[in-house]
Amino acid sequence: MVIVGKILVLIGSIFLFLGSLGILRMPDVYNRLQAGTKATTLGAMSLILGIGFMNGSFLVKSIALIIFIVLTNPISSSTIARASHKSGVPLTSKSVIDVCQDDMKKEEV
Amino acid sequence: MILGLSFVFIGLAVLFSTLRLLKGPTTFDRLLASDTLTIITTALLVFMASYFSRVIYMDVALVYSVLGFAGVVVVARYLEGGL
Repeated sequence: MVIVGKILVLIGSIFLFLGSLGILRMPDVYNRLQAGTKATTLGAMSLILGIGFMNGSFLVKSIALIIFIVLTNPISSSTIARASHKSGVPLTSKSVIDVCQDDMKKEEV
Repeated sequence: MILGLSFVFIGLAVLFSTLRLLKGPTTFDRLLASDTLTIITTALLVFMASYFSRVIYMDVALVYSVLGFAGVVVVARYLEGGL
Protein backbone atom coordinates (compact mmCIF):
# COMPACT_ATOMS: atom_id res chain seq x y z
CA MET A 1 0.00 0.00 0.00
CA VAL A 2 2.86 2.36 0.83
CA ILE A 3 4.54 1.62 -2.52
CA VAL A 4 1.30 2.36 -4.40
CA GLY A 5 0.98 5.62 -2.44
CA LYS A 6 4.54 6.67 -3.28
CA ILE A 7 4.03 5.95 -6.97
CA LEU A 8 0.79 7.97 -6.93
CA VAL A 9 2.63 10.87 -5.26
CA LEU A 10 5.33 10.74 -7.95
CA ILE A 11 2.75 10.72 -10.77
CA GLY A 12 0.89 13.63 -9.18
CA SER A 13 4.01 15.74 -8.79
CA ILE A 14 5.00 15.04 -12.40
CA PHE A 15 1.56 16.21 -13.53
CA LEU A 16 1.84 19.36 -11.42
CA PHE A 17 5.24 20.06 -13.00
CA LEU A 18 3.91 19.50 -16.55
CA GLY A 19 0.89 21.71 -15.92
CA SER A 20 2.99 24.58 -14.75
CA LEU A 21 5.45 24.06 -17.62
CA GLY A 22 2.44 24.45 -19.93
CA ILE A 23 1.53 27.66 -18.14
CA LEU A 24 5.02 29.00 -18.76
CA ARG A 25 5.31 28.01 -22.43
CA MET A 26 1.83 28.17 -24.03
CA PRO A 27 1.22 31.21 -26.27
CA ASP A 28 -2.21 32.37 -25.15
CA VAL A 29 -4.47 32.83 -22.12
CA TYR A 30 -6.89 30.13 -23.29
CA ASN A 31 -4.19 27.57 -24.05
CA ARG A 32 -2.65 28.31 -20.67
CA LEU A 33 -6.05 27.69 -19.07
CA GLN A 34 -6.26 24.25 -20.68
CA ALA A 35 -2.75 23.28 -19.62
CA GLY A 36 -2.89 24.83 -16.21
CA THR A 37 -6.25 23.65 -15.01
CA LYS A 38 -6.71 20.11 -16.31
CA ALA A 39 -3.20 18.80 -15.65
CA THR A 40 -3.06 20.50 -12.27
CA THR A 41 -6.41 19.03 -11.20
CA LEU A 42 -5.28 15.50 -12.06
CA GLY A 43 -1.92 16.06 -10.40
CA ALA A 44 -3.41 17.34 -7.15
CA MET A 45 -5.95 14.47 -7.10
CA SER A 46 -3.26 11.84 -7.58
CA LEU A 47 -0.89 13.38 -5.04
CA ILE A 48 -3.51 13.74 -2.33
CA LEU A 49 -4.83 10.21 -2.91
CA GLY A 50 -1.27 8.89 -2.73
CA ILE A 51 -0.70 10.62 0.62
CA GLY A 52 -4.00 9.12 1.82
CA PHE A 53 -2.80 5.65 0.80
CA MET A 54 0.53 6.12 2.55
CA ASN A 55 -0.95 7.07 5.94
CA GLY A 56 -4.27 5.40 6.69
CA SER A 57 -5.36 8.07 9.16
CA PHE A 58 -5.33 10.74 6.42
CA LEU A 59 -7.57 8.85 4.01
CA VAL A 60 -10.99 10.33 4.91
CA LYS A 61 -9.79 13.93 4.83
CA SER A 62 -7.88 13.26 1.59
CA ILE A 63 -11.05 12.03 -0.10
CA ALA A 64 -12.99 15.08 1.15
CA LEU A 65 -10.24 17.36 -0.23
CA ILE A 66 -10.24 15.52 -3.58
CA ILE A 67 -14.02 15.90 -3.91
CA PHE A 68 -13.76 19.60 -3.18
CA ILE A 69 -10.96 20.14 -5.72
CA VAL A 70 -12.82 18.23 -8.43
CA LEU A 71 -15.97 20.26 -7.82
CA THR A 72 -14.43 23.73 -7.65
CA ASN A 73 -11.45 23.75 -10.02
CA PRO A 74 -13.43 23.63 -13.31
CA ILE A 75 -15.68 26.41 -12.01
CA SER A 76 -12.76 28.77 -11.48
CA SER A 77 -11.28 27.84 -14.87
CA SER A 78 -14.57 28.52 -16.65
CA THR A 79 -14.97 31.83 -14.83
CA ILE A 80 -11.48 32.98 -15.85
CA ALA A 81 -12.09 31.97 -19.50
CA ARG A 82 -15.44 33.76 -19.61
CA ALA A 83 -14.02 36.92 -18.05
CA SER A 84 -11.01 37.05 -20.37
CA HIS A 85 -13.14 36.50 -23.49
CA LYS A 86 -15.64 39.12 -22.40
CA SER A 87 -12.99 41.74 -21.75
CA GLY A 88 -11.48 41.14 -25.19
CA VAL A 89 -8.16 39.39 -24.67
CA PRO A 90 -7.04 38.49 -28.23
CA LEU A 91 -6.49 34.92 -29.35
CA THR A 92 -3.07 33.85 -30.57
CA SER A 93 -2.31 34.23 -34.24
CA LYS A 94 -2.21 30.46 -34.85
CA SER A 95 -5.84 29.89 -33.78
CA VAL A 96 -8.25 28.86 -36.52
CA ILE A 97 -11.74 29.82 -35.36
CA ASP A 98 -13.39 31.71 -32.51
CA VAL A 99 -16.70 29.97 -31.91
CA CYS A 100 -17.93 32.35 -29.24
CA GLN A 101 -17.54 35.47 -31.42
CA ASP A 102 -21.17 35.35 -32.61
CA ASP A 103 -22.42 35.16 -29.04
CA MET A 104 -20.55 38.33 -28.20
CA LYS A 105 -22.08 40.16 -31.18
CA LYS A 106 -25.58 39.02 -30.21
CA GLU A 107 -25.10 40.30 -26.69
CA GLU A 108 -23.97 43.69 -27.99
CA VAL A 109 -27.11 44.02 -30.17
CA MET B 1 14.01 8.73 -2.53
CA ILE B 2 10.73 8.83 -4.44
CA LEU B 3 9.34 11.47 -2.10
CA GLY B 4 12.44 13.63 -2.57
CA LEU B 5 12.06 13.44 -6.34
CA SER B 6 8.39 14.45 -6.02
CA PHE B 7 9.41 17.37 -3.84
CA VAL B 8 11.85 18.54 -6.54
CA PHE B 9 9.08 18.36 -9.16
CA ILE B 10 6.70 20.38 -6.96
CA GLY B 11 9.40 22.98 -6.40
CA LEU B 12 9.93 23.34 -10.15
CA ALA B 13 6.16 23.71 -10.60
CA VAL B 14 6.07 26.52 -8.04
CA LEU B 15 9.04 28.19 -9.78
CA PHE B 16 7.42 28.12 -13.25
CA SER B 17 4.05 29.37 -11.99
CA THR B 18 5.77 32.21 -10.16
CA LEU B 19 7.63 33.16 -13.36
CA ARG B 20 4.31 33.37 -15.22
CA LEU B 21 2.85 35.35 -12.32
CA LEU B 22 5.67 37.88 -12.64
CA LYS B 23 5.82 37.98 -16.46
CA GLY B 24 2.18 37.64 -17.56
CA PRO B 25 1.19 40.10 -20.32
CA THR B 26 -2.43 40.47 -19.23
CA THR B 27 -4.16 40.43 -15.86
CA PHE B 28 -5.80 37.09 -16.61
CA ASP B 29 -2.42 35.39 -16.96
CA ARG B 30 -1.53 36.53 -13.47
CA LEU B 31 -4.94 35.42 -12.17
CA LEU B 32 -4.51 31.98 -13.77
CA ALA B 33 -1.01 31.66 -12.35
CA SER B 34 -2.25 32.53 -8.87
CA ASP B 35 -5.06 29.96 -9.24
CA THR B 36 -2.51 27.31 -10.17
CA LEU B 37 -0.31 28.36 -7.24
CA THR B 38 -3.31 27.86 -4.94
CA ILE B 39 -3.77 24.27 -6.11
CA ILE B 40 -0.03 23.53 -5.91
CA THR B 41 0.08 24.97 -2.39
CA THR B 42 -2.87 22.78 -1.37
CA ALA B 43 -1.04 19.70 -2.61
CA LEU B 44 2.15 20.89 -0.88
CA LEU B 45 0.31 21.32 2.44
CA VAL B 46 -0.98 17.74 2.19
CA PHE B 47 2.60 16.65 1.43
CA MET B 48 3.80 18.48 4.54
CA ALA B 49 1.05 16.87 6.62
CA SER B 50 2.44 13.48 5.66
CA TYR B 51 6.06 14.55 6.11
CA PHE B 52 5.68 15.99 9.61
CA SER B 53 2.82 13.54 10.43
CA ARG B 54 0.49 16.28 11.65
CA VAL B 55 -3.18 15.82 10.78
CA ILE B 56 -3.97 19.50 11.38
CA TYR B 57 -2.27 20.50 8.10
CA MET B 58 -5.05 18.69 6.20
CA ASP B 59 -7.60 21.09 7.69
CA VAL B 60 -5.33 24.01 6.82
CA ALA B 61 -5.17 22.71 3.23
CA LEU B 62 -8.98 22.46 3.03
CA VAL B 63 -9.51 26.01 4.32
CA TYR B 64 -6.77 27.36 2.02
CA SER B 65 -8.40 25.67 -0.96
CA VAL B 66 -11.83 27.17 -0.11
CA LEU B 67 -10.42 30.67 0.31
CA GLY B 68 -8.32 30.50 -2.85
CA PHE B 69 -11.27 29.36 -4.93
CA ALA B 70 -13.47 32.16 -3.54
CA GLY B 71 -10.76 34.74 -4.20
CA VAL B 72 -10.19 33.67 -7.81
CA VAL B 73 -13.92 33.64 -8.62
CA VAL B 74 -14.48 37.05 -7.03
CA VAL B 75 -11.54 38.67 -8.87
CA ALA B 76 -12.61 37.12 -12.21
CA ARG B 77 -16.20 38.31 -11.82
CA TYR B 78 -14.92 41.77 -10.88
CA LEU B 79 -12.69 42.00 -13.96
CA GLU B 80 -15.61 40.85 -16.12
CA GLY B 81 -17.56 43.84 -14.93
CA GLY B 82 -20.62 42.35 -13.26
CA LEU B 83 -19.89 41.56 -9.65
